[in-house]
Amino acid sequence: MKKAMDWLDSRTGFRGLLHEVLFERIPGGARWRYVWGSTLTFCFAVQVITGIVLWMAYSPSATTAWESVYYIQHEMAGGWILRGIHHFTAQAMHVLLVLHLLQVVIDGAYKAPREVNYWFGVVLMLLTLGLGLTGYLLPWDQKGYGATKVATALMGIAPIVGPALQKLVVGGTDYGHHTLTRFFALHAGVLPALLVVAVAGHVALFRRHGLTAKQPYRKPEGRFWPDQVLMDGVACLAVIAAVLYLTIRHHGAELHAPADPTQPFNAARPEWYFLFLFEFLKLDFLTSWFGHHGELVGAIIVPGILLGMLAAMPLLGNWRLGHRFNVGFLLALLLGALGLTFRSLQSDASNASYHAAVRSAAEASERVVALVKANGGIPPAGAAALLRDDPGSAGPRLFAQHCASCHRYDGHDGQGAVHAEPPSAPDLKGFGSRSWLAGLLEASQITNHAYYGGTKFKEGKMTRYVTTKLPKLHAGNPGALEAMIAAVSAEAALPAQARKDSADAELIERGRVHARETFGCTDCHAFRKPDEEATAPDLTGWGSREWLVGVIADPTHERFYGQRNDRMPSFVKDGRLTGKEAGMLADWLRGDTEPAAVVSRMINAR
Amino acid sequence: MIVPAAAGLVAWLDPLARDASGTAMVRVAALEALPPDGTPRRVTVVAGKRDGWTREPDVPLGAIYLRRTAKDKVVALHSVCPHAGCFVDYQAERKSFFCPCHDSTFAMDGSINDPKSPSPRPMDTLQVEVKGDDVWVRFVQYRTGIKEKVEVT
Repeated sequence: MKKAMDWLDSRTGFRGLLHEVLFERIPGGARWRYVWGSTLTFCFAVQVITGIVLWMAYSPSATTAWESVYYIQHEMAGGWILRGIHHFTAQAMHVLLVLHLLQVVIDGAYKAPREVNYWFGVVLMLLTLGLGLTGYLLPWDQKGYGATKVATALMGIAPIVGPALQKLVVGGTDYGHHTLTRFFALHAGVLPALLVVAVAGHVALFRRHGLTAKQPYRKPEGRFWPDQVLMDGVACLAVIAAVLYLTIRHHGAELHAPADPTQPFNAARPEWYFLFLFEFLKLDFLTSWFGHHGELVGAIIVPGILLGMLAAMPLLGNWRLGHRFNVGFLLALLLGALGLTFRSLQSDASNASYHAAVRSAAEASERVVALVKANGGIPPAGAAALLRDDPGSAGPRLFAQHCASCHRYDGHDGQGAVHAEPPSAPDLKGFGSRSWLAGLLEASQITNHAYYGGTKFKEGKMTRYVTTKLPKLHAGNPGALEAMIAAVSAEAALPAQARKDSADAELIERGRVHARETFGCTDCHAFRKPDEEATAPDLTGWGSREWLVGVIADPTHERFYGQRNDRMPSFVKDGRLTGKEAGMLADWLRGDTEPAAVVSRMINAR
Repeated sequence: MIVPAAAGLVAWLDPLARDASGTAMVRVAALEALPPDGTPRRVTVVAGKRDGWTREPDVPLGAIYLRRTAKDKVVALHSVCPHAGCFVDYQAERKSFFCPCHDSTFAMDGSINDPKSPSPRPMDTLQVEVKGDDVWVRFVQYRTGIKEKVEVT
């Protein structure tokens, strides 16, 4: 063994190199304050390792980026841990960078002759921020997409070169495949390569100048090995422990619903280490002092000046009071950034609509995962297409847009917003169910706003029947009403009632007879057989998907309200909704949004 | 060395040569679907799209708000905030637009209704045409963060 080593040393001189690396002098002995550089190097190594493995599973394009990250997160063995480590180590790096910068500035390690090395450090900080910014987009989820749109828009307001720069970064005028390929090339290629070069320069110059030892010395002069290596090792261990803790606690990094420029994403926020900049742009003084130039000032000029001052520290440090000024400036900067970050977190914490947006974003991401699982994979058009055709996601939206100006759903507009004015059409929560029908047939309820209260049917034949004739018929025939309700409601074949409907087959059979003979429903309605003379909506298939799609398409059709239709538009006939949208509304109203059922309908439709 | 570097530079600069002008009008809604009282209605713009190597015949490109201001007059507002490009949401209960990013607010007609609103200009209007029962719009993007409304081409 020794012989082999001697041979290798004679050819390479590695012992000398190793000696130089390990036995660097540390005046005043090893100290905890010197660990930050090593922890950052360690983090970078972690990012390279996890990044390369992620790279092996990632596919940068608008229809595969989210999809491949989904696969890493939810299907690949250990994928979520890998992604989580990469995500949280990136965050740790930003914290460690600040600590490293603080230590360097406070200890005066930026002063002559170490100016150039300090500038290497500033470049490294910018590269790290750039890696964070580019990495955020890669999953192509709503959050990263929104944040990148803002970041590139800010780039675009830079004077003269802004628009061209934005176009080059985005890879065109619109966000798409080439935005991802370009960001990925930056994130996995250009920026890490520059980082390696800058780290090499940083470390080489550090070795050349030696450590800036903190005065006064507490201990006799030490060596890098083993004292400082031990401390560095402990610090790195603490960093990776924190990263693992966060990874496990959050089950890896979050993955929002796939990017969709047609849907608002009110939970849009940058990564937390950019929150101070985000909050800065919200400050009133930008608009009141600089008017429409506020954004240019806030996003480019002020950060540019601050960065310039940071870079100028070695030069400023030559003044008599320069060092104190630098330390004061850095502390003020950090306190300002912390204050803004805190302000941002606090205003979000007390913002109910932001909380609602975060919740619905979480629901959307769970929903798309459930759909993908039910589908047994993602269709080639991408996950966004799956979500677009999903009644569970589109139903409430369509209802709010097209129905909620008259109808309600459980008192709200389908998406949870409550309108002040009373509805002019029935509340459709549970439409077709026994309880909905029982309410309609209740003399005390039919004229409520949840039923016919806001419609012209409040004065119509059905209301008269329910308030005058029906109570008597009901009193004279115990149990008949319950059976009739079960029978009519069974027409809807609601998934939530499937078990009840099949258990009550006999009750339903009796109810059908009662509907005809006891209650005389068929005097006006057709029920389970064609009736040319029917003057009221068809009860055959009442509340079923087919019936609902039909009534949404055209309520003025003979089968439904005909000439008696109140104000309901013929949504599909008039081109307001497509047949597919009407189908999604019907499915959602019927509570037929189980991922497996949704996916099988999608497959049938194709 | 110069040859590959120049070839690389030219390819890298390719997006600058791409031009988005000449966008055609697309049908976005039925006139009847817009409330007569001028309440904005969000509609998705669906049209053909070329993204890099992909050509899709009908794909949702983005969203706009349509307001019917008279019997056959419609105003189209872009959903992208002129401040920093987030998605502006219409808040029915406040009868105004709100951008969730930096709290820009706009009145129902898209104008800035609060001097504190950080947006440098009102919401962007788009070219609209009412042809019979249909509303057609030329869906383009505008540069954000500046006072002037400049189309991205």
